[in-house]
Amino acid sequence: MLFRRFLLDRVSTIWMLASLATILLLPLIIGVGLYLKAAPLFEHQSLTELLTSSAWKPSEGKFGFWPFIAGSFYVTILSFVLAAPICLFSAIYLTQFASKNLIKVMHPVIDILAGLPSVIYGVWGVLIVVPFISKLAPFFNTSSSGYSIFSGGIVLAVMCVPYILNMLIEVFNTVPIGMKEASLSLGATFWESVKHVVIRKSYAGIISAFGLGIAKAFGETIAVMMVVGNRIQLTHNPFDAAYPLPALIANNYGEMLSIPMYDSALMFAALVLLVIILAINLLFRYFIYRAQRQ
Amino acid sequence: MNKGRIIEEKIFKVLSAMAAYSLIAILIFIITIIFIKGFNALSFDMILKTPKGGFYYGGEGGVLNAILGSVYIAFGATIIAVLIGLPSALYINVHLIRMKRTQNTIRYFLDALWGIPSIVYGAFGFAFMLFIGMNASLLAGILTVSMLITPIMVRTFDEVLSTIPIGLQEASLALGSTKMETAYKVMLKQGFSGFITAVLLSFGRGIGDAASVLFTAGYTDLIPVTLDEPAATLPLAIFFQLGSPIPEVRERAFASAAILTIMILIISIIARLLSIKYSKSNFK
Repeated sequence: MLFRRFLLDRVSTIWMLASLATILLLPLIIGVGLYLKAAPLFEHQSLTELLTSSAWKPSEGKFGFWPFIAGSFYVTILSFVLAAPICLFSAIYLTQFASKNLIKVMHPVIDILAGLPSVIYGVWGVLIVVPFISKLAPFFNTSSSGYSIFSGGIVLAVMCVPYILNMLIEVFNTVPIGMKEASLSLGATFWESVKHVVIRKSYAGIISAFGLGIAKAFGETIAVMMVVGNRIQLTHNPFDAAYPLPALIANNYGEMLSIPMYDSALMFAALVLLVIILAINLLFRYFIYRAQRQ
Repeated sequence: MNKGRIIEEKIFKVLSAMAAYSLIAILIFIITIIFIKGFNALSFDMILKTPKGGFYYGGEGGVLNAILGSVYIAFGATIIAVLIGLPSALYINVHLIRMKRTQNTIRYFLDALWGIPSIVYGAFGFAFMLFIGMNASLLAGILTVSMLITPIMVRTFDEVLSTIPIGLQEASLALGSTKMETAYKVMLKQGFSGFITAVLLSFGRGIGDAASVLFTAGYTDLIPVTLDEPAATLPLAIFFQLGSPIPEVRERAFASAAILTIMILIISIIARLLSIKYSKSNFK
């Protein structure tokens, strides 16, 4: 009986350790796997050429990823500019001013927003945002089908809000209430306490939450792909279409086996995404981790 | 001077309140649009029938294949995620309870894992599939989605486990139980509400994710019976139907979107109710 219990304990411990090790090694395995698949590409083109060239001619074996990378950054940064103020202000309101009842309502609202599948945001984007942008374009002396960088940015911004907001709320909640009280007792108004104490104290946390939001937006696929137009071009006009990196991977999986090197190129695109996003995540998570320890 | 400060306070309070309330407005906006558009084409045929001939030209049928495919994939992936994720979370909170540094480092990596986009998992799953000579199938879809949701499950469950006071474990160990018994009979029981939340959150993510199954699960009009058959998924059904030039098919995409939204809302409500139920039972 005793022996059985200890044997079970042993087996369970080994299983637990193996599971944990598998999960933690997963990014490494994915990275190596993608690298091996992408490796044939490096024999023809150097890494810098792949990343900075804008010649995309798969049938001639020319793969320049710059239009895709630039498109990704354009959409992501636009979405960040739209989402950041809303997140910051609502996080301040929810942690500093809001009544208990509102917070009770907001929890499920944020959870559902975060839980809605990206394809639903995509459908909403196609129905509402795309027509809106095509009607908006003439006011800026340009025309647009609506399937544009601007639409992608708006849809992405809505998707990122719950994600960034959750982190910001957590950050603001770690500010000791005594510090705010000290500021209030010195005669500062509520808003001044927020501005000078809460925000200043959580500076690292805010930057990190924003950084992680950018990383999340950068890798978002389906919703963006549905509204962004998917045309390979370099443009400054947000009413033009773009072709972000994730959309490139998702759109071309069908034909990737028929053109030589195409599958390597797509795997390389996935590798670039993985490396950029993992690097941003590790960096900003480290900030949060450091801030929490203090 | 004082007046200026008070006006500033008022302005920013209103501004931040507007930001917060706008979130509620956005959620209601999205869901009403999806429902209004979706309910036009929604019928029992949509939910109860598989696509018949000519479905993609506006013919008869429904998206039962995609609904079931999504449920199968999410269900299978959740089982794998529980098998791997539950022991991992327990290990962090039982075996490593005295090693705060290791715990935090592991959490740090898990958080970073959470950020990897699903398209990367999809691409990797596809490469792996080719490598071992597997076809796009239910099994490949399940494996890929399980990679995506396991970190979510571990981190969500771990969050609840980490709030359980250490004295409870010590009491259990002092009574002579092994670590495994402490883990599964004390910690799991105490953190059961967190476990339910983690499982349902992962399940919801599994149903809704499109990018990871795009390459791996394939697409078919039939309901998969065995693991090596391809499976349609609801998000992809929406995506493909929306890309069609035929208005009837686009209408169906909206109906499918309404179905998916309802499924996600139901899962979210169940998660909330169960979590309330089980966390209350702790105080009896």
